[in-house]
Amino acid sequence: MSRSAGRIAAGIGALLLALTAVAAGEGIAAGQGVASAPPVDENGQLKDHALQSRFERITGELRCLVCQNESIADSNVELAGDLRRQVREMLIAGKSDDAIFTFMTDRYGEFVRFRPPLEPKTLLIWGAPFLMLLLGGVIVFRVVRQRSRMPLDDGPAIGS
Amino acid sequence: MWKFLLPFVAFVALVVLFAFGLNPNRDIHALPSPLIGKPAPAFTLTDVLDPARPVSNAALRGQVYLLNVWGTWCYECRAEHDALLAISRSHVVPIIGLDYMDQREKAREWLEQLGNPYQAVAFDTDGRTAIDWGVYGAPETFLVDGQGRVIFKFISPMTPEVWQREFLPRIAAARRGGA
Repeated sequence: MSRSAGRIAAGIGALLLALTAVAAGEGIAAGQGVASAPPVDENGQLKDHALQSRFERITGELRCLVCQNESIADSNVELAGDLRRQVREMLIAGKSDDAIFTFMTDRYGEFVRFRPPLEPKTLLIWGAPFLMLLLGGVIVFRVVRQRSRMPLDDGPAIGS
Repeated sequence: MWKFLLPFVAFVALVVLFAFGLNPNRDIHALPSPLIGKPAPAFTLTDVLDPARPVSNAALRGQVYLLNVWGTWCYECRAEHDALLAISRSHVVPIIGLDYMDQREKAREWLEQLGNPYQAVAFDTDGRTAIDWGVYGAPETFLVDGQGRVIFKFISPMTPEVWQREFLPRIAAARRGGA
């Protein structure tokens, strides 16, 4: 809830920032200004709204290994704080989302990702719901077909 | 025929699943480290007892060593301390400490009171080295071989039994394989 609100706020902020930059006719100069000023405000938020929204999405998708069912965005554990700092620094350094996820999985394993990438070895995880659906469908199909073949005058098929 | 067999097969499958899932000896918080078989992440930090003295694992190249991650805030580190002292006295491998999220003063007191099993203790205040090693708690103990590769990671307090069962055979194998 608060995170989606934050995302909307970040979006609006980014829009306003872009509009001001265009109005002043100094889009490039504004970009440079952001880079030379401290990139984080007094609340620890990245001043660049696009970076901040990426920060929120990435930290929301990384598991805190101390508490395991919380993301590092939500956890108050010290390690989560250290990892948030790491993500923030990598974003400021211009690293891509993939580079950040790779950094984390190289150190902590695939388990840090709440959303594992679609790869041959994760095919079963991603495919399991569809397999279940298929299996259920086959069972339903067979039961229905079997019962539709039963003579109607034998009464209800239940228990037969 | 297979109508009768199916429940039986399903039952056996469940038993196998539960035997694995409910095994009390399995630590559900212990995760496999992706570092196994990879080069040990390099670090150069300062010694917890002497801020002027650098501690780097590059200097240990060519020998098998333990890296033990601990902190004075860590309750279970106190529990494993005697086991570490015994390992240190056996002179099988040097133990390097990584003091994690700690304060120098507290660490110094700890080592003076309980004894110092470490050849050197690297002081990692901001946790960056710990992140490089994929540390997510303490105590954790890594075994690094002579080529500088991580060959084993143990999460939980060290005990004499664990040392005998998990570490000594691997150390022997590393020495046979390397050098």
